[in-house]
Amino acid sequence: MAKLIVNRLFLGILTLFAVSILIFVCTEILPGDVASAVLGQGATPEALIVFRKELGLDIPAYLRYWNWLVGALQGNLGVALTNKRVIVDEVLPRLGNTLFLAGYAALIAIPLAVGLGVYSAINEGKLSDKLSNILTLIAISLPEFFIAYLLIIFLAVNVNWFPSLSTVFPGMPFSERVHQSTLPAITLTLLVAAHMLRMTRSSVLSVMSTPYIEMAFLKGAKRQRVITRHALPNAAAPIITVIALNLAYLVVGVVVIEAVFVYPGLGQLMVDAVSKRDVPVIQACGLVFAMVFVLLNTLADILVILVNPRLRHKR
Amino acid sequence: MKIFGQKPTASAWFGLVVVAVFIFVALFTPWLAPYPESANVGGTWDEPSVKMWLGGDQIGRDMFTRILYGARMTIGVALAITLLSFFIGIVVGFTSAVVGGWVDIFFSRLVDVMLSIPGLIFALIILGVFGSSIPVLILTIAVLDSTRVFRLSRALGMNLSVMEYVEAARLRGEGLWWVITREILPNAWAPLVSEFGLRFCFNFLFIAGLSFLGLGIQPPYADLGGMVRENAAAINFGMMAPIYPAATIALLTVSINLVVDWMLSMDARPSGAQAEL
Repeated sequence: MAKLIVNRLFLGILTLFAVSILIFVCTEILPGDVASAVLGQGATPEALIVFRKELGLDIPAYLRYWNWLVGALQGNLGVALTNKRVIVDEVLPRLGNTLFLAGYAALIAIPLAVGLGVYSAINEGKLSDKLSNILTLIAISLPEFFIAYLLIIFLAVNVNWFPSLSTVFPGMPFSERVHQSTLPAITLTLLVAAHMLRMTRSSVLSVMSTPYIEMAFLKGAKRQRVITRHALPNAAAPIITVIALNLAYLVVGVVVIEAVFVYPGLGQLMVDAVSKRDVPVIQACGLVFAMVFVLLNTLADILVILVNPRLRHKR
Repeated sequence: MKIFGQKPTASAWFGLVVVAVFIFVALFTPWLAPYPESANVGGTWDEPSVKMWLGGDQIGRDMFTRILYGARMTIGVALAITLLSFFIGIVVGFTSAVVGGWVDIFFSRLVDVMLSIPGLIFALIILGVFGSSIPVLILTIAVLDSTRVFRLSRALGMNLSVMEYVEAARLRGEGLWWVITREILPNAWAPLVSEFGLRFCFNFLFIAGLSFLGLGIQPPYADLGGMVRENAAAINFGMMAPIYPAATIALLTVSINLVVDWMLSMDARPSGAQAEL
């Protein structure tokens, strides 16, 4: 088992390495010349030369990649092109805000979705199951901002329970922070919970079609007992994978939600950087997002190895 | 009435009718819209009236007209993306499956790495470097989306390329193109069609999301995501303006999903589709 875990960790690091190369290639090598792309066609040759020097484009690509990677590993992501600020100082507090929001949503979404998913699986084919099928299908198909604006209309404008814009700043009281981020968190929850519920239901049902479950039924056990005692322990692995996939999805979904509520998270920073075409900031945000994503997936796979009863004993 | 030899359920009927209406609207927008695309016919966020069914937008254009044109634009772009994505995904996926060896290993690992970055983040990186124009948008999202199609068609191709008739075609000395288009593709249609519906939905939401962030289809073109963004400020006055284009997006994606859900329930997805996750 330990060997499997070490293998998985190694694979995770390898993936991160590959991802960093991909991000670098996309931003610096692919277009041929970032400088003329950013400055536009009207740029004078002198401006281009100065700008290339500033970006470090006068040294070979593999050296630039190496410097960038070593810098990133030491916690130095460079300086923003537009406002000359140190990128790490901007990224870290915003990453904290984003993780706070994602964590808040996950705290509501995971118990809700897994509970209801198992409940639907127990009641397969009944009215409540059919209803949850249609409702979750609709929730999955809705754009994020549609749910967000509906919530704003009902909970912020009509009854005024929550603010329609989330103002979050360092040093604010925790309860106030929770209050400010409740509306975006509910939006995220609705988005992710529907997905998670459907996948939980189908993974429980796929375990339900195995022979040992049929055996349990044949010996006269009740449906509810078969599910909770026989099926769930073996459905744990797929459910964990489902949760991790959706947490990863949460990190992405956050980008649009942050824009709706003007929440000062990492997604906002990245979107701003993209509209200003600030390449070093884009690279940094992309790398951090990818890191969170890969980390969650690796963590999930390790958990799956840990909970798998078949791997507990040495062969 | 039967479609594909099956009677659609009530929800599938709803979906089919709505999708048909959207196709009709997208094809004949200029004849259906009450006003020209960018004509100012009223004041900012006018109340809905007989003259302007859904009121005005942020600079007094007719909201209903803008939604018709916006839907046409967004559907067109999403369709172009999905078609390109399927072309790339199917060609590369089937080639990987049929040729095997290092070609297969190269593309499979490349796709693994691409899928280990969230699609939206990847798209933002590319748009940040190239800037946002419609060709760049279509190409970027299509390439990103084709990774999913690649996985599905590679799995389908793997299952099909070991069939006797493919073996027979190869022994006859047919080329790669013949084997893919004449032997494998005809047998892989069914799962690919329902996948097409799902991918279209996903791309439609994706492009609407990017436009909402201000990084997708740019003004002066009307598009649904951008309209939500432009009218967003109205929400603070309790006005429904951004809800209308958002609801239009929702209506189409929900309807497509209802149809696809019904198609999937007709027969269980073939094993190749498992590669989707």
